[in-house]
Amino acid sequence: MKRLSSVLGLLVILSILLVACGPAETPTPVETEAPPETVAPVETEAPVAFECTDAIGCVDVAPDEPIHIAYLLVISGPNETLGIDSRNGIEIAIADHGPVLGHEVSLTGEDGGCSAEGGQPAGARLAADPTIVGVIGTSCSSEARAAVPLLSLAGFTVISPSNTAPDLTLPGNENQWPGYFRTAHSDLFQGAAAADFAYNFLGVRTIATIHDGSLYAEKLAEVFRGAFEDLGGAVSGQGAVSPDQTDMSGVLADIAAGGPELIYYPIFMPAGALITIQAHETTGLEETYLMGADGLFSPDVMEGAGEDVEGFYVSSPDLTAFGDAYAASFVPAYVEMFGTEPISIFHAHGYDAVMLLLAAIEEVAVVDADGTLHIGRQALRDAMYAVENYEGLTGNLTCSDTGDCADPVIAVYQYHVGVYPPERIWP
Amino acid sequence: MRRTWRQRITFTDVVIWGIGLAIAAVVVVGTIATLRSGKYTPEAWFDLALSGLALGGVYALIALGYTLVYGILRMINFAHSEVFMSGPFTAVFVAQALNRAGTIDSHPVLSLLLITLVSASVSCLIAVLLERIAYRPLRTAPRLVPLITAIGASFFLQYAFRGLYGSGIRAYPTLDILDGAWNIGTFRVFRTDVVIIVSAMVMMLVLYAIVQRTKIGKAMRAVSEDKEVASLMGIDVDRVIVVTFALGGFSAGVAGVLYALAFPVVNFYMGFIPGLKAFTAAVLGGIGNVPGAFLGAMILGVVESIGPNLFLDGLGVPAPNQLKDLVAFVILVFILIIRPTGILGERLAQAKA
Repeated sequence: MKRLSSVLGLLVILSILLVACGPAETPTPVETEAPPETVAPVETEAPVAFECTDAIGCVDVAPDEPIHIAYLLVISGPNETLGIDSRNGIEIAIADHGPVLGHEVSLTGEDGGCSAEGGQPAGARLAADPTIVGVIGTSCSSEARAAVPLLSLAGFTVISPSNTAPDLTLPGNENQWPGYFRTAHSDLFQGAAAADFAYNFLGVRTIATIHDGSLYAEKLAEVFRGAFEDLGGAVSGQGAVSPDQTDMSGVLADIAAGGPELIYYPIFMPAGALITIQAHETTGLEETYLMGADGLFSPDVMEGAGEDVEGFYVSSPDLTAFGDAYAASFVPAYVEMFGTEPISIFHAHGYDAVMLLLAAIEEVAVVDADGTLHIGRQALRDAMYAVENYEGLTGNLTCSDTGDCADPVIAVYQYHVGVYPPERIWP
Repeated sequence: MRRTWRQRITFTDVVIWGIGLAIAAVVVVGTIATLRSGKYTPEAWFDLALSGLALGGVYALIALGYTLVYGILRMINFAHSEVFMSGPFTAVFVAQALNRAGTIDSHPVLSLLLITLVSASVSCLIAVLLERIAYRPLRTAPRLVPLITAIGASFFLQYAFRGLYGSGIRAYPTLDILDGAWNIGTFRVFRTDVVIIVSAMVMMLVLYAIVQRTKIGKAMRAVSEDKEVASLMGIDVDRVIVVTFALGGFSAGVAGVLYALAFPVVNFYMGFIPGLKAFTAAVLGGIGNVPGAFLGAMILGVVESIGPNLFLDGLGVPAPNQLKDLVAFVILVFILIIRPTGILGERLAQAKA
């Protein structure tokens, strides 16, 4: 009996080891050796067999197979509307575009949870799948910091619809990776626009900021403070919370002691709603303007903050600056497919990301006589870097050498109780 | 054999007392520096203290569940944070239905009582089921087994509720009777905070009275002394344990509604942090001791709320509020260095030794 159980135990340990080692072996970086991935599809009858000369390998799509695109977005938890909204835009784009060179487009995805902890495993799972051509994601810059290195080393072209941290496309930065693009603005624009709004439109002269330690919030708050000081304003304080903190009274007392006229907290749910509520109950902050950013453009903010949402400002992409096609065909298609108006702010960016990716695939794919596609991974990236004056939903897109493709126009919206989307008030 | 004080003090003692002294020094220096800078008004301190007490009240109601179960079974019920989550997560649907029907506006007190009752009943039911399904079959197993089971049950409940109700965040509708504040001089007293503190005190007194004055309370204390002997004396041990879990679950359900009224973050994960804090509070007060749990929770709540601003701000620590959990746990370490059994834990520890 004892021997039997020890044998069983050994088996269990062995199988755990096997499972643990298994996946670790697969994601060998495809960068240096350029493994000849052309493991002979069905190209025997082709006159000249295709030979992959791409520096980081090719993806082969057999005649009856779909082109595999993946998403890495936040699709559960407190910020799910952000990612689901982008995913809706992606699905509309795939339906709108139709087949690519005779191939359907298939979409699979992973949930990144809007955090580095969620982005890491999701990125690793996607990186282990060599059939993926491109990834639309991530939703949040913290996810990107963990997932983009993995996806970039796997040779994918990654396009984010909503990462806005400046680092991700700043040249010579540890967070800037080859093959990473974004259709969302960099927060260098958002921070400056928000500061302009606060200083010139609201006329405030002292501000404070709160961030939650995420790459996005910390950088945006920093850009905002810098831009506001450049305009001649003063920063009376800066605080930080943790994303799952519920009692904000300490940080708000700290901020209140400086007597700011406006607090900018470009963070996420639920902390964003909690600060909004508790600021109203903090001595000294009763009259202070409260302002968030695009991470808080969602009906969840209305639900979370209840009546305290009244008057809350958010900086965000300007929906009215989008092309005519946005209101004329995109929004009706959204309503028809998902039965609701857009639920957050980065749906059109998701749409554009897919359209750019599919256009680039069409440009670089080599088609065999039997319909087999060969897509060079580096060629695909190069085609993306070369995008110039592409007429997208979100504007006129031109990709920079570091992957910034956005045509950023920032507006400020104001929430009112029971009204969604919030009212656009500036510029 | 008599030893001199030199022989009795070990190296470990010196290190531990050194750590204690360092914590005390940081607290004293930081406090003096902050108060001398005059950055915060008395109103700000009052706000912080009040919200700390309210938070402490919620912790206290959860901590009662930990401490009652520990007192009787010598077991830490780590799934208690999910018992706390299950009630308010279910009652939020009742609240939203009442809100749509307009009942919340026409009969606010009645609605609140109904919501609390639903929440408390669900939590109570979950706690009892947990005991019946997960813990009772393991009652004679080694002590580590129910502990691991509790962690498993905690995950099971979290993801069961995520599957049932989704992973998004929900919020209770605003109750006008709880909105706003009373002004006492220049100080503001928020109604929500008062309701939380008063409810916590009432619940604590009721539970203490049940344990000390009723027949079932006597049975609980007897089982806590010695299960075998208690059952020989004709006490139905199973029934006593079920009642204990039910009481803990009920108070966690009430805590859940109070917590959700103050912080609209109702989702499947909401129990984790408050549960951890409440467990800490129970240890701080001396686990197994009902007034101790209350005292520990209040101390923890206030320290967590005031601590970062009072102790760290004056030392020039940037963004001290990120460190609020650190402050709370360092104070826990400090108190456990001085009193290893918790603030009110001594009698119990001697009795069990």
